[in-house]
Amino acid sequence: MNDIYIITTAILVSCSCALLGCFLILRKMAMVGDAISHAVLPGIVIAFLLSGSRDSLTMLIGAGLLGVLTTFFIEFFHKKARLQTDASIGVTFTWLFAVGVILISVFAGKVDLDQDCVLYGEIAYVPLDTIITSSGMVLGPKAIYVSGFILLLIIAFIAFAYKELFLTTFDPAFAGAIGISTTLWHYVLMGAVSVTTVASFESVGAILVVALLIAPAATAFLLTDNFKWMLVLACLTGIIASIAGYYLAVWLDGSIAGAIASITGVIFLIAVFFSPLHGIAFRKVRASAH
Amino acid sequence: MNALLEFLSFSDANVRYVALGSVLLTASSALVGSFTFLNKKSLVGDAIAHAVLPGICLGFILAGTKNPLFLLIGAFLTGWLSLVIIDFITHNTRIKEDSAIGLVLSVFFGIGILMLTTIQKSGNAAQSGLDHFLFGKAASLVGNDLLSFSIVAVVLVITVVILFKEFSLLAFDKDFAIALGLPVRTIQIVLTSLIVLAVVIGIQAVGVVLMAAILITPAAAARFWTDKIICMFILASLFGALSGLSGAFISYTAPSMPTGPWIVVVISFIAFFSFFFAPKRGVVSRLYRQYAIKKTINNENVLKILYQLGEANSNFTLYRNLPEIIRWRYYDEPKLIRILKRLTSQGYTERVGNTWCLTEAGKNRAQRVVKIHRLWELYLTTYMHIAPDHVHDDAETIEHLLTPELEERLEQQLGFPKLDPHQSEIPYNN
Repeated sequence: MNDIYIITTAILVSCSCALLGCFLILRKMAMVGDAISHAVLPGIVIAFLLSGSRDSLTMLIGAGLLGVLTTFFIEFFHKKARLQTDASIGVTFTWLFAVGVILISVFAGKVDLDQDCVLYGEIAYVPLDTIITSSGMVLGPKAIYVSGFILLLIIAFIAFAYKELFLTTFDPAFAGAIGISTTLWHYVLMGAVSVTTVASFESVGAILVVALLIAPAATAFLLTDNFKWMLVLACLTGIIASIAGYYLAVWLDGSIAGAIASITGVIFLIAVFFSPLHGIAFRKVRASAH
Repeated sequence: MNALLEFLSFSDANVRYVALGSVLLTASSALVGSFTFLNKKSLVGDAIAHAVLPGICLGFILAGTKNPLFLLIGAFLTGWLSLVIIDFITHNTRIKEDSAIGLVLSVFFGIGILMLTTIQKSGNAAQSGLDHFLFGKAASLVGNDLLSFSIVAVVLVITVVILFKEFSLLAFDKDFAIALGLPVRTIQIVLTSLIVLAVVIGIQAVGVVLMAAILITPAAAARFWTDKIICMFILASLFGALSGLSGAFISYTAPSMPTGPWIVVVISFIAFFSFFFAPKRGVVSRLYRQYAIKKTINNENVLKILYQLGEANSNFTLYRNLPEIIRWRYYDEPKLIRILKRLTSQGYTERVGNTWCLTEAGKNRAQRVVKIHRLWELYLTTYMHIAPDHVHDDAETIEHLLTPELEERLEQQLGFPKLDPHQSEIPYNN
């Protein structure tokens, strides 16, 4: 039963990440996603201190706010201080992450978070934290409910705001012309990324969530030219990586999140060479056929 | 205060190691990192920092112990490999560079974590301490570390000094470097190797995530204070050294504090201070400059209105009221009054009741603005062959900006013309 719980959680997390990742890589904001996933750390710690528990809602709100703040900082340094984008991202997220690590060590006694968990999560412990009803019935791990809720939220968000997200991603000028605020949707999307990051934080940690955000989306980007298919394929990649990654980790007796990230990389590499549409191998074949 | 003196006396051997190690590390990384900053490749340092982890594990698996040479070679290999792969993805697929960087760094890190956890569970006792590479251990530097830090720092500094010209040429004008026949490829490889070396040493002190900050934040801060590349490099290493020292001091006074993150927080504050308060490039001074220019433009525009009103009925001594001014060119009334008051206090206008008139100084200044406006319109139509009805907006901007030297050259080049393209008279001062 435990392996099913873990795989389910991994699948739910990777699908949320994959969906948002598609928007990130098309908006050339993959590294902003990376920055957010690191920068939410102080938000999580502060929410932890305020609520005194791993209560998910406070953490989601705290981290969501911090993610938006990160985006704001990056934009501010870039636009107002005219700092080049790469440096503005680098300075912002390292600073916030450092603050987060310091907060963890200052409140080491009060915060039930350790540094390793921050970097690569502890999905293996998912089955331990179950929801039990007052009558004693076991409803399954809490993480499944949280990540399932987030996935539903993300799907609803994309379905509801599909037109706005689509237009601001592909043709910001046109979106602006018909009255859709690019800035607003930029921040909303970043808020969604931060919320997802936090929800995935306990399971896969700050850095591996980046692999789930970028790798499946990048793989799907190589496989199709249709955006809706890209969303579907990204999720599929995430699902395959979750299942394969779990068994790889069991086989090697290592970190599950690390294994999932490794598998996403392998799948991406396969797509780079053998994608029917954009793969290097097929491009060579087509070139020689001409 | 006592703690500070005690710290600075370096009487405690432990303090000596930590402080010197941190300073060497941060200063030399800042030096190398400045080039990644100038090359606009700040995040590449981040990618390398994450990518050395599998290499370190690989080195450990091959050596069976924490042999520094094996770890270093392994780290060097995967650090390099990550860059090659990023390059490959960017050039051979339609994935953009930022996605490629994010993908490579997270996947390499994932592989590293998988290997690390596997090693940890393998029961090899020698593995303990490998996880220092994740978060760094600046506070527990010992003699041996200091030695390797110093050697690497010296190598980095000497190489940068020797190849400074080549590195900066590459950062600013790669095509020119190629045209000169410099071995661009080799220089790039040397520079990248330096960065990888700095990262491999650096992450032992500050950890994977924060390494990027040690590389680029000092450079980003230094860039705001100077336009000279040498000054920028010196400043960057000074900022780096200062943050290293403060980080060591903080963890000396509060031993439970992690050194690496404090180094990063200090250097970030130096950077934020620079972003806001550096003269010339800082946000505050830029905003002030914008405000000052806006004020000048408003002043000159109102003076111009009064002058043109005077021109209209050849009488510059008439006092004009607000509706008259607003009819000529729309201004929000309170704003107009504010500008007029300012002009009066500067001696450009005179006020009687609610009417204003140009003083001699005001008339001269307005006349110059109008003259430049019309000369520029004429210049654009004569030399740039732009239609007369398209030149007004451009002239409207340049009239506030043209220097006296350029003004003189414009007059001479056009031969002190009498009329502008719209047949208005060009006023001269004599």
